[in-house]
Formats: sequence, C-alpha cells, structure tokens
Amino acid sequence: MIALENVTKRYGGQPVVDDVSITFGGEGVTALIGPNGAGKSTLFGLVGRLLSPDAGRVTVDGMDVASTPSSELAKVLAVLRQDNHVAARLTVHDLVEFGRFPHSRGRLTVHDREHIESAIGYLELGPYRDRFLDELSGGQRQRAFVAMVLAQDTEYVLLDEPLNNLDLRHMTEIMRLVRRMADELGKRVVIVLHDINFAASYADRIVAMRDGVVVADAPAREVMRPDVLAAVYDTPVDVREIDGKPVALYYG
Amino acid sequence: MLTDPTPTESGALPAAGLHRTRLAASWASPRFRLVLLGGVVLALTCGYLFTDVPGSLAFALRIRSLTVVAMLVVATAVGVSTVVFHTITQNRILTPSIMGFDAFYVLISTLIVFTSGSAAFLAFDEFTLWLVQVVVMVAFSVLLFTWLFGGKRRSIHLMLLVGIVLGTFFRSFTEWMQRMLDPLDFQVLSDAMFASLTRPDETLLALTAGLVVLGCAAVVPLLRTLDVLTLGEPAAVGLGVDHKRVVMTLFVGVSVMIAASTALVGPILFFGLIVANLAYSYAGSFRHAWTLPAAVLIGMICLLGGQLVLERLFGFGGTLSTVIDFAGGLFFLYLVLRKGAR
Ligand SMILES: Nc1ncnc2c1ncn2[C@@H]1O[C@H](COP(=O)(O)OP(=O)(O)O)[C@@H](O)[C@H]1O
Ligand SMILES: [Mg+2]
Repeated sequence: MIALENVTKRYGGQPVVDDVSITFGGEGVTALIGPNGAGKSTLFGLVGRLLSPDAGRVTVDGMDVASTPSSELAKVLAVLRQDNHVAARLTVHDLVEFGRFPHSRGRLTVHDREHIESAIGYLELGPYRDRFLDELSGGQRQRAFVAMVLAQDTEYVLLDEPLNNLDLRHMTEIMRLVRRMADELGKRVVIVLHDINFAASYADRIVAMRDGVVVADAPAREVMRPDVLAAVYDTPVDVREIDGKPVALYYG
Repeated sequence: MLTDPTPTESGALPAAGLHRTRLAASWASPRFRLVLLGGVVLALTCGYLFTDVPGSLAFALRIRSLTVVAMLVVATAVGVSTVVFHTITQNRILTPSIMGFDAFYVLISTLIVFTSGSAAFLAFDEFTLWLVQVVVMVAFSVLLFTWLFGGKRRSIHLMLLVGIVLGTFFRSFTEWMQRMLDPLDFQVLSDAMFASLTRPDETLLALTAGLVVLGCAAVVPLLRTLDVLTLGEPAAVGLGVDHKRVVMTLFVGVSVMIAASTALVGPILFFGLIVANLAYSYAGSFRHAWTLPAAVLIGMICLLGGQLVLERLFGFGGTLSTVIDFAGGLFFLYLVLRKGAR
C-alpha cells in the first residue's frame, strides 16, 4: 500500500497538500478526482519522489520514499506524469524500451523484449513502433507513454490524467486496459481522472481531493452522490441511475 | 505478462516501418556511420602526418603527431563534455563555456599581466599557469554547481542563469583591466588568448590527456543512464535514476575535461556547439554510445581538416581557432534562427 502520514507540501508558504494522511493503492483501480489545482499531481509527485514533503512521511509497501534507493522504488512503482515531452528524437519503440530500464539497466534480455512487445501490442502501437514521437498525434503519443509505464511492469501504477488528448474510443480502451491490468495482472492502479463517469464505471475506489485535502475516500458508488460531488467540485452535479450504474450529469 | 489482444493488427507492420527497419540495418546504421567517420579521421591524420614534409620525416612526424594528439584531446574533451552538458541541462544550444570557463581563463591571464606585467607573464612557468587555470576553473564550476544544484532548489536553469551573469561580470572586469594595460602588455595578452593547437608543451599535453581520460572514465559507465536522462529529470527519476548523484558525477567530469583542455589550448567558444549538433543529426541514434564518439570524431575532422586546409593551402597554420569560432558563430545564429522560424 501507499501511505502518507501527515504529509504537507507548501509552495511559497501556501500548503498545496495540507497535512494529508491516507492509505491508498489497494487491489484494483483507485480513481483520484478533484478540481484543477486540488493537489492531485503534487500528491503523485510526493509519492513518486519528485517532490520532498515539508512535513510527514511517504511509504510504498513500507519503504520510506525518502530513504529507499530510487532504483528499488522504480521496480515497484511507475508514474506517468501529466505533462510529458521529450526533446530528443525517439521512436515509439525507443520510448517503450526505457520502461525496462529499472530491470535491465539498459541491457535488454529476451524477457525485457517480451514485455516491450506486449506493451506495444496492448496499446495498439504496432503500426507506429518505428515512428518518431514528434510524428504522432497527441493521442498516439499519450499511448506510447502509457506503454512505457506498462513495460515497467510494477505492482503500483500511477497515471496522471492519461485520458488527455484521447478520443472517445481510445479513452475507453485505456480504461479497459487499466481494468485488465488490475484484474488479470494484479496491478494496483491509481489514476487521476476528470470524467467522473469513467471513475464511477471503472474504478473500485474513489479518492477525492480539494484544496490540498482529501475530502472523500470510499468505494466508487458511495462517492457518486450529488452532495459529495457538489462539495468536491463546488458546482451542482446531478446523479442518475442508468442500467443500475450511477451516472453524473454536469452539463447543465 | 500480458497477452496481445490484437495480434493481427500489431503483427502486420506496414511497409513504411519495414522499410525504415531495413534501412537502419544497412548503410544508415549508427555503427556504419561511425566507422565511416573513423575512416575519414584516419585518412586526414595520414594526410596531415605524411604529406608536404619539408625536411626529415622523423622530425616532422614527431612535431605533427604531438599536434594530432592535442587535437584528439581537445576534440574528446569538447565533444564529450558538450553532449553530456546538453543532456543534463536539456538543451542543445548552450555549451559548458556558458558556465564561464573561457571567461575565467581570460580573467586569470589578464590578472597576471595586469598585476605583474607581460614580461612576468611570459616568464611564468607554463605548468604552474596551467595548474592554476585548471584548479580555478574546476573549483568555480563545481562550487556553482553544488551551490545551486546540490541544495534543495536543484534548478539547472537557475545555475545556468547565475553562470551567465557571473561570466558576464568576469568578462567586464577583465575588459576593464585590459583597457588599463599598456599596448605592449595588451599585445602579449591577446596573442595568448587565441587558442593554439600547434606545438603544445609535451608535459602539459600528457597531463591534459590524463585528465580527459579521467573525465571519460566518469562518463562511460553512465552511457545508458545518459540515454534515460534525455527523457528529462522527472521521467529519469521514475525509472530509478539517482538523478542528483548522476548529474553531479557527470558535471564534475565535464568540468575537469573542459578546464584541462581550455588551459592547454585556450578558449574555443563555439566548437562544441558545432560538433555536438552535427553529431546529433549524423549519428542516426539518440543513444550516447553513438552520439558521443560521433561528436569526438566530427571534432577531429573539423580540427584536422581545418588545419590541413589552412596550413597547406593558405599557409596560415596558427589561425584555426579563429576560423572555427567564426564558423561556429554563424552556425549558432543558424540554430537560433531555425528554432525561431519554427
Ligand atoms: N512548482 C510549483 N510552484 C508553485 N505552485 C505550484 C507548483 N506546482 C503546483 N503548484 C500549485 O499547487 C496547486 C496544486 O497543483 P497540482 O497538484 O498540479 O493540482 P492538480 O493536479 O490537482 O490540478 C495549484 O494551485 C498549483 O498552482
Ligand atoms: Mg494535475
């Protein structure tokens, strides 16, 4: 499990993650929701050892993120960041290959190549494997980054808004893939989503943040309530039941 | 292990992918490209060593091979350090000289002439001067680096900015001193400020070569890690790179190499920029195992070819660095304008 104990992160005195204590990343898929600026990416940064907290402690499977060697953590935790851009000219295959770095240190074994191939296949990037990243559409590039994270083959997978730039079909495919990663491979996926209906139908648990504080942490169905969602987003949200599933209506 | 959900779709590569793979496997492969560069360097070296021998071949070989070694040392130091610097700072336009290496070199020499006159400067023990230059340059850059990168802030951009500001300050201070010099002293100083590759001092050359080898020894085990660093710091950390330690090691290596070679031949401003960018477009791979040797070999081609043309065709042996700086300046403008046009 990923545990934060009284973690605070400030920017210029202003807390962005404010004394948060939470344990998440249980089996299955956890959706992290919340308005822009709620501190979701900052939370991922703290877990992914890119930011050091001003107070508190972050552990992954009991390993303190601050003191465990980065190379060890990279074998259990993979993070896809919200903004990814690469200056060098890499092909899709080159990028996905990097996912194996924590295991192979750059010397690929047959086993590594299998992981690379299956990640490329999984994200339907076969036809683009030798294309340079700057020759892809935004969605294809996004899928290439997801494939890299998949190739890293870690127990915990943190995805920060992976549905950005994706069309409806690929959004659904990524969410299905996320579900299968959890169900078939036993991965624990934590995913930042803006479309709460995706969260409701694919996630087991929903964690909601607002103003640097966790305001809800419960099974998906319990968070999908008008009062909870309205409090998280500070905007009226209606929730209807369609075919037995809660659907949020916020176009209103 | 995931099983492929759509084996047909990903299994059948379109013609474009296949074509590129086959191309990559043949004449356009990074290996072949590198061998080609090596061949050109070898040919130029032979051309430089064995043609146009005025007197005894043995004597000419002795003098010229020293120049070739000096070129190799400088090409290695500049090529490797520029490419590594580009990777750790995530840019392709600035070179390590932005950290004020050349400014320091000129400052130290100017200080000596300013305080004790050109006669004392000329009488100065070469070895001591070299050592002082190297120590001051390495100490300055490593201090700047630990101050701005080793602490909590860890900002490469801040470091570059401070480097530029300090470099400018030292240059202005140097200029101010140079204005107060009498014309003779100034003449001696300006002569010393032009990089010169011919007739290097043997001991200093050996010492410089030693330091450059040391710098390379720090870089070579990190070749694959450097590849990961091209993804940027966040992604590299996510993939298990101990970013702070790795960048620190690389930076010290870069500083030592560039300080040693600058102290040996003098400041070469734009040379690294040319060779690194040519290497990126020529090497056929972003991997440092290919771009680094390509940069070194391209550097050798520039130096040897330039020297051959200038010395044998035009009879101006000593002006190579000026020509390279001129060409490099134009190239720099081209890079900046091209970036702007996009
Ligand atoms: N490097 C930074 N410096 C200053 N403020 C920052 C920085 N990064 C994030 N913030 C601020 O922290 C808050 C939370 O940001 P973030 O975690 O990216 O939110 P989210 O991912 O939930 O949209 C925002 O108000 C943002 O402006
Ligand atoms: Mg965010």
